[in-house]
Amino acid sequence: MTTNKHIIHGIFGDEVPMMEAIKKLRASGIRIKDVFSPMPVHGLDSLIGIPRTRIAICAFIYGLTGLGLATLMMWYMMISDWPNDVGGKPNWQYYFNIPAFIPITFESTVFCAAHGMALTYFLRCWLVPGAKAKNPDLRTTDDKFLVYLDLNDVQAKTAKIILKENGAEEVNQVKSYVVEPKYTLEETH
Amino acid sequence: MNTEKLNFIFSSKAKLAAFIFMAVGLISIIVMFLTDHVEGDDNYHLNRAWSNLFAGCFFFMALSLAAAFFLGLQYAAEAGWSTTIKRVIEAVTMYLPWGLSFMLLLFILGQMHVHHIYHWMADGISTPGNEHYDKIIADKIGYFGIFWWIRTILYMVGWYWFTMKLRKNSLDADKLDIDINNSYHWKNIKLGAWFMVLFAVTSSTASWDWLMSIDTHWFSTLFGWYIFSGMWISALVAITILLVWLKKIGYMEFVTESTVHDMGKWMFAISFLWTYLYFSQFMLIWYADIPEEVVYFQTRWESYKALMWTVFFVNFAFPMVMLMSRDCKRNFFFLMFVGTIIFIGHYLDLIMIVMPGTVGNHWTGLSWMEFGTFFFFLGVFIYVVLNALSKAPLLVKNHPFLQESIHHST
Repeated sequence: MTTNKHIIHGIFGDEVPMMEAIKKLRASGIRIKDVFSPMPVHGLDSLIGIPRTRIAICAFIYGLTGLGLATLMMWYMMISDWPNDVGGKPNWQYYFNIPAFIPITFESTVFCAAHGMALTYFLRCWLVPGAKAKNPDLRTTDDKFLVYLDLNDVQAKTAKIILKENGAEEVNQVKSYVVEPKYTLEETH
Repeated sequence: MNTEKLNFIFSSKAKLAAFIFMAVGLISIIVMFLTDHVEGDDNYHLNRAWSNLFAGCFFFMALSLAAAFFLGLQYAAEAGWSTTIKRVIEAVTMYLPWGLSFMLLLFILGQMHVHHIYHWMADGISTPGNEHYDKIIADKIGYFGIFWWIRTILYMVGWYWFTMKLRKNSLDADKLDIDINNSYHWKNIKLGAWFMVLFAVTSSTASWDWLMSIDTHWFSTLFGWYIFSGMWISALVAITILLVWLKKIGYMEFVTESTVHDMGKWMFAISFLWTYLYFSQFMLIWYADIPEEVVYFQTRWESYKALMWTVFFVNFAFPMVMLMSRDCKRNFFFLMFVGTIIFIGHYLDLIMIVMPGTVGNHWTGLSWMEFGTFFFFLGVFIYVVLNALSKAPLLVKNHPFLQESIHHST
C-alpha cells in the first residue's frame, strides 16, 4: 500500500499565535518537522519536541582537554625542559608554583571549550563554507515564521484547519509525493 | 490564580524560629563577652567578641545592600524575568536600615574607644612621641578621622534613601488601579540607574573604609570588588533560599521553574566572580611579593590556614560541582542545600577578612562564638525580612513586564 505525503508550510507573522498553533498541532498528535524563525524563540525547542542539547557535555570534555593541554604545555616548558627562576620563584615543581599557572590554565580551558562548542555546532548543523541555505521560504530570514510539516492525507487535513484557525497568514501545500512501502507482505496463495 | 496566597502571613512558627535564633545568639554573645580573653596580652580587649559582632553586622547589612543593588540592576537593565520575585528581593533589602543602624552603633562605640577594631581610631596615633604613634598610619591619617566619618554618613544616607525610595515607588504603584504610563516603573528605572552609579563607587570605597582599614597598614586595589562579589553572592543565596522556601510552603505559585533556574544560574555565575577576584588578589600579591602587601596573607597563611582553604573550596569548588548541571539548578533541595553551605562559606570568608587584623595570632580556630553571633544576626534578619514580606502582596500589580515574567521560560 502506498502513502500520500504532503509538505505543508504554515506561515505566521508573529511567534505567539505560532506557538499556540504548534501546541494544538502537537496535542492532536501531529509531528512538527521543523520551524524556521527570523529570531530565537524561547521555549520553542521543547514545544516542538526536540530533545535536549548535548552540547554542554561536549563543552565539559573540551574544557577538560584545554585544561590538560595547558598543564602539559606549561609543565614541559617551565619545569621539565627549561626551569626558570622568575621573580625569586624557582620552577622546580609544578604544584609549588601553581598560582602562577592558573591564569593560563583558565584561559586555555575557556578557549578550548568555546571554540570546540562553536565548531561542533557548525559541523553538526553543517554550516560550512559553501553550504546552501535550507530555508524553504526566504521570508523567514526577514519577518515571517514558518512551520514545516510533512504529513499523510488525514493529518494534513487536520493540520491545515488548525493552522488556519490559529492565525496562520498562509497555509501552503508546497508538494505532495508518494511513498512506496519498504516491505510488502507476499501473497501466500 | 489563588488570591489567598498572594499575601504572605508571617506565621507564629516562623516567628518562633527567628526568636530562637536570636535567643541562642544573644546568649552566646553574652557568654562570649564574658569569656573572651587572652592570657598575658594587655592589648587584647575582647577583640574577638567585638570582631564577631562586627562581622555579623556587616555581613547582613552588605547582603541587603547587594540585594538593593540587584533590584536596581533589574530596573536599569529593564529585565523582565525577575518581576515575579521582585517582592522577595525588596523584602531582603528592607533589612538595610537595621544593618546600617547596627554598623553606625558599632562605629560610634569604636570612636568612644569601647572596642579596638580600627587601629587608626586610637588616640594619638598621629602624634609623634605618643605611645600609640604609628608612622605609616600618621602618613595617611588625613583619609581617616573626620573625613572617614563624612564618607560613612554619606554612604549610609545614600544607600538608605535609594533603597527606601525604590520600595516606596513599588508600593505606590500597587495602589493605582492601572498605571497607564508606567510612571512608577520609569521612576524606578531612573532611580536604579543612579543607584548603580552611586553603588559602583561607594561599594568599593565603603569596603576600603570599613573592612580594609582594619588592616590599616595594608592596601589592595582589588579589595572593593572582592567584597562586592562576596556580598552579591550572599544576597543571591538569601533571595533564592527565601524564594524556594516560599514555594515549598505554598506561596509564589506564579514563579515559574525557569525563574528559579535563573536564580541558580546567578548563584553559579557569581560564585565564579567571587573566586576570580579572590584568587586574583591572592595571586598578584603572592607573585609580586612586596613585603607591605604580602603581610596580609602571611598572617592568614600562618594562623588561619584551615579557614582559608575551607573558604576557598566551599565557595568555589562546591558550587561549581554542585550547580553545574541544569537539573541541579532546577532542584529545590539542591538549591537550598548548596545555598546554605555557601551562605555560611561567605560568612566564614568575612570572618577571615576581619579576624586577622584584630585577633591576629590569638586565633584558635572556629568556635561557637562565630556561629552564635551569626545566629543572632540571622534571627534578626529573618524576622525583619519576613515581616517586610508580609507587609505587601507577593506579586506586584502594575509592572509592564509582569506578564512576561509570569510566562518566563528558558
